Amino acid sequence: MDSIFIEGTPKTPNINFDNDKGSLLLKGRSIPENSIEFYKPLVDWLEAYSSSPKPKTVCDVQLEYFNTSSSKCLLDLFKKMEFMSKSGNEIIINWYYEEDDEDMLEAGEDYQSIINVPFKMIEMEE
Amino acid sequence: MQLSSINDKPALGTSKKTNSKKRMNNSEIKLKPVEYGNTAMNIYDLYHRMESNKVVLSFKGDVTSELMSSILQIIEQRMDSMNETPKLKKKVYNVLVECLQNLYHHIDQVPSEISKNGLDRSAIFMISLNNKGYSITTGNYIQSNRKESFKSRLERINSLDSTELKELYKEVLTSDGRSDKGGGGLGMIDIARKTGKKLNYDFAQLNDEYSFFSLNINVDDSK
Repeated sequence: MDSIFIEGTPKTPNINFDNDKGSLLLKGRSIPENSIEFYKPLVDWLEAYSSSPKPKTVCDVQLEYFNTSSSKCLLDLFKKMEFMSKSGNEIIINWYYEEDDEDMLEAGEDYQSIINVPFKMIEMEE
Repeated sequence: MQLSSINDKPALGTSKKTNSKKRMNNSEIKLKPVEYGNTAMNIYDLYHRMESNKVVLSFKGDVTSELMSSILQIIEQRMDSMNETPKLKKKVYNVLVECLQNLYHHIDQVPSEISKNGLDRSAIFMISLNNKGYSITTGNYIQSNRKESFKSRLERINSLDSTELKELYKEVLTSDGRSDKGGGGLGMIDIARKTGKKLNYDFAQLNDEYSFFSLNINVDDSK
């Protein structure tokens, strides 16, 4: 299975889903008009990955902005991770937010309360 | 495309002092009356009114993906040059994205008997400075058959406090229903949460079939 690397754009984040390392990175801005189009291949990739994941999978979410259209797609990704976790795999989601960005911290806490996977909130200094 | 920007950029490195001074300065500049030709629209009058209302950017026309990118870029640069706090910049940017994408996704066709310019997807957008932050105003046509359900959603959002809004957000986020664009009705809830203010809206009934929906959102970093 191939890893996915997608260069970021002003409206879509950098994606680095590394199959060998078991690391998933989303970084930048996620404000596309059609989020499903962007996230569908990622959800599909994660579905395939979950059939034989690494013993430990770390997901780093380092988003500066995301729109509400992306928020459901992020939930889809996290649900796949929750499924992997229930099947006995170790999953960690690192949720990064910039200093003073209470909205981004709160968004992370919303997911944390919905998804049964360990979330780690990490504050970044500007 | 009609994109207008009022270029009164402060010089680089201007302090916040300049910024707040600019916000507070409400004094009207006295101008000599100008003689106009017999034009259909008094463009100077329009410009002057926008200037007085501290309009940073306004647009009327078809909302496209490219237009939204341009507006976001212009406002982001503008806020940088105004030395706005990172917190305010983030809030304005987020709310702006949701407002513009609402226009992009949910706009109804302009009724043909009302349309004067052949554009069938037309909306108005304006962002201006106010004392504490930014004011974003949008306007677009809506079909009367969609009006009531939309209005009751807005009324519900306005009736909730911040804890209840958080619960509603999570409820809608985890519900199966979603629009084909992916949002599924989260935009207005998100705007209300991020601004910490009630949504200020109005429906102007045009005829049996159409209303004009207007939305005004004030964003500051008090929340």
